[in-house]
Amino acid sequence: MTIGGPRGRHPRLQMPCLRKMERMIVSMQDPDMGIKMRNQRLLITVIPHAMTGNDIVEWLIQKYGISEEEALHLGNLIVKHGYIYPLRDPRSLVLRADESPYRFQTPYFWTSTKWPATELDYAIYLAKKNIRKQGDLIEHEKDNYNLLHKRINHTWDFVVMQAREQLRAAKQRRKGDRIVIDCQEQAFWLVNRPPPGAPNVLEQGPERRNCHTTRVQLNMDYYKREIEYCRKAMARTRVKSSICLEGYIKFNEQYVPHDPIMSGCLPSNPWITDDTTYWVMNAPTVTTPTKLRVERWGFNFSELIMDPLGRAQLLEFLKKEFSAENLSFWEACEELRYGEQSRIAEIVDSIYQQFLAPGATRWVNIDSKTMERTLEGIKTPHRYVMDDAQMHIYMLMKKDSYPRFLKSDLYKNLLAEAIIPPETKKRVFPFMRKQRHSSPSPALLLPAGDAEERGRSPSTAPVPEEES
Amino acid sequence: MCDQTFLAIVFGPCDKCSKEKPLRPVYIKSEQLSYCSLCVEMMATEGLRENETLASLKSEAESLKGKLEEERAKLHDVELHQVAERVEALGQFVMKTRRTLKGHGNKVLCMDWCKDKRRIVSSSQDGKVIVWDSFTTNKEHAVTMPCTWVMACAYAPSGCAIACGGLDNKCSVYPLTFEKNENMAAKKKSVAMHTNYLSACSFTNSDMQILTASGDGTCALWDVESGQLLQSFHGHGADVLCLDLAPSETGNTFVSGGCDKKAMVWDMRSGQCIQSFETHDSDINSVRYYPSGDAFASGSDDATCRLYDLRADREVAIYSKESIIFGASSVDFSLSGRLLFAGYNDYTINVWDVLKGSRVSILFGHENRVSTLRVSPDGTAFCSGSWDHTLRIWA
Repeated sequence: MTIGGPRGRHPRLQMPCLRKMERMIVSMQDPDMGIKMRNQRLLITVIPHAMTGNDIVEWLIQKYGISEEEALHLGNLIVKHGYIYPLRDPRSLVLRADESPYRFQTPYFWTSTKWPATELDYAIYLAKKNIRKQGDLIEHEKDNYNLLHKRINHTWDFVVMQAREQLRAAKQRRKGDRIVIDCQEQAFWLVNRPPPGAPNVLEQGPERRNCHTTRVQLNMDYYKREIEYCRKAMARTRVKSSICLEGYIKFNEQYVPHDPIMSGCLPSNPWITDDTTYWVMNAPTVTTPTKLRVERWGFNFSELIMDPLGRAQLLEFLKKEFSAENLSFWEACEELRYGEQSRIAEIVDSIYQQFLAPGATRWVNIDSKTMERTLEGIKTPHRYVMDDAQMHIYMLMKKDSYPRFLKSDLYKNLLAEAIIPPETKKRVFPFMRKQRHSSPSPALLLPAGDAEERGRSPSTAPVPEEES
Repeated sequence: MCDQTFLAIVFGPCDKCSKEKPLRPVYIKSEQLSYCSLCVEMMATEGLRENETLASLKSEAESLKGKLEEERAKLHDVELHQVAERVEALGQFVMKTRRTLKGHGNKVLCMDWCKDKRRIVSSSQDGKVIVWDSFTTNKEHAVTMPCTWVMACAYAPSGCAIACGGLDNKCSVYPLTFEKNENMAAKKKSVAMHTNYLSACSFTNSDMQILTASGDGTCALWDVESGQLLQSFHGHGADVLCLDLAPSETGNTFVSGGCDKKAMVWDMRSGQCIQSFETHDSDINSVRYYPSGDAFASGSDDATCRLYDLRADREVAIYSKESIIFGASSVDFSLSGRLLFAGYNDYTINVWDVLKGSRVSILFGHENRVSTLRVSPDGTAFCSGSWDHTLRIWA
């Protein structure tokens, strides 16, 4: 959501948070439920309709049910955005949770109302200050003043005249009002022209929705596509919420013990204790895997096949069943799907020779229809030509070999021999911190030429060998 | 057998006016008919005569969307937090900053983990891209891009290369080399070309393909070696800001989010949009799949995060609080999907209980917007990057 303004050369303020902040401010000023305001004494002057920093923090705590830390943080952001300003020490937009007096900014000066602040206005403001302080401006204000003087020199007479008029009008007001208006203005300019070194809360990223360089045209074709999509979507099959949501509960039950942030990890979380044993024990290719890891292979086929160690065990099992070529075929198809565009024909041919040709050494058993379709498709090889065959073999392994694997002696032995590492307690004396060893970068593991080879085979995690 | 794949000119009675004339095939509502050329002309201009103006198409699209939401609502028989009532509540939650990575001279915009669970790549506003071993906090590589606002960066699955891009409208791949006297920038490969800023990029299952999202409203799949465009994805109505690849075992889809408030799920093979969700009130800054692949979460400028279920085809949870008014810039799940970590523009990180819908914890520490957040590959920690020039590892 962007704030008003015609499409064009002016950058737009992309901050929906400001509207929400304004609503918060309005409810803070609610006569019944808002903050109780009173007169605050500023040296000898009495300022009406003010509140203390403490009042603000308390109100936020009450209204939103949040902690004091969060309320202070939120209050600080409101002040930083110029919606509340301090009366004492007005040059620093900071919320103090004590008796310091604060006031609500007038809507005239709200960030969203007056954005963007014009150079002309800033020039007038600085000119006023300059006149009042007889040239004794702060460093950065002096710089800005000189810059503006150069840039909009042609309007300078107007600037000075306006400045003088505003100062004259101000003299007519009561002291209390003068102080308030000064603080309001100062707060506004602190937000819109922050001093160097101070964070600029109005800074945004690169402009979004720049219609000049977009490829999207909201024309008839776009809406026709949306309409077609909606029609198709209406007809799709959906699953009842109760069934889908049950899925999350089950997933949660299965995986929470494996989630290091939720359940901790044994022997310890390397980030907390500086001990990398956990990573060493769970390295992609380790001799004896941990219990949790082997258990995870039993959750679903994907867990088994995506873990390099699990996949190696699966291969061993399939060899015993004389169906190892299925896994090799699947791996070759993955290489095709995620491989280089230029090697597609070569890979397809290699797959055909090894797995699909009549009399091939590692012939895979695909149903005749799929085989026919695949052989036909090979004539014009493309990245997805093996998809049907690959899916068939994947499902075969998943529905057929995998359940047998889980019941096999091989798997049972893996479970029995798997390690449960003992817990390492966090060191009691933090200054005796364990030395943090570096590990070899995956980019270092092979000589430069082979780095490309390594990049080609998909889903192989790098194998760092840890120093103990 | 006679092969009738060529276009035969048929002479016969027109399906519309019944006159005997040379006929042409015409497709109406997926049915093939044979019209004479005069009737074809009339058909083509019928659209104009029926006043198919832009406005009427737009309103038809809107009303259909409304009907679609009604359809979706029909199978919604229970809320997530109701189902989650029997799940144990989470106890006290303590996460602290365990590492602070200082070295960027300007706002950190993006980061990604290496599969080795400890290295990360990060990019910033001043064009610097740094590879760190975040465990030791050592910088291992650094390269300066020729553009500012490098909003996207990604680590290759092999750990041997990184990809990045931003205001240069391109995505470039840099192989990581440790050779002395080797200038990383020399081996740079320009892969993707868009017509507006690059907002997100990700390698697929190998180093050979990259998926990109851009401010020009499109996503695209590229072959790294040749720079060839393999597939493009059109459908967003404005800038695309984020994307995430599905963890599904048959890995063929991804989700993207954009300034048009839509989150769209795409089929990588055909380029078609499979599903679309439009319930946010503002730009979607971040999307991330739930670990099972059956759902995804989104973070938006409207200060909410939402969970969308793909099988139920609807939004199933909203994570919001009245006191949170700043946009969520980046979201990610813990390994089990029980926790959703979200970085916000109010400098904080909120931790949500995905099942119960409540906020578990709020983490302070950053001194400016949190712009990027990713959980490590083994779920032991997460890393946040901020406009305060630092990255923090939390565990």
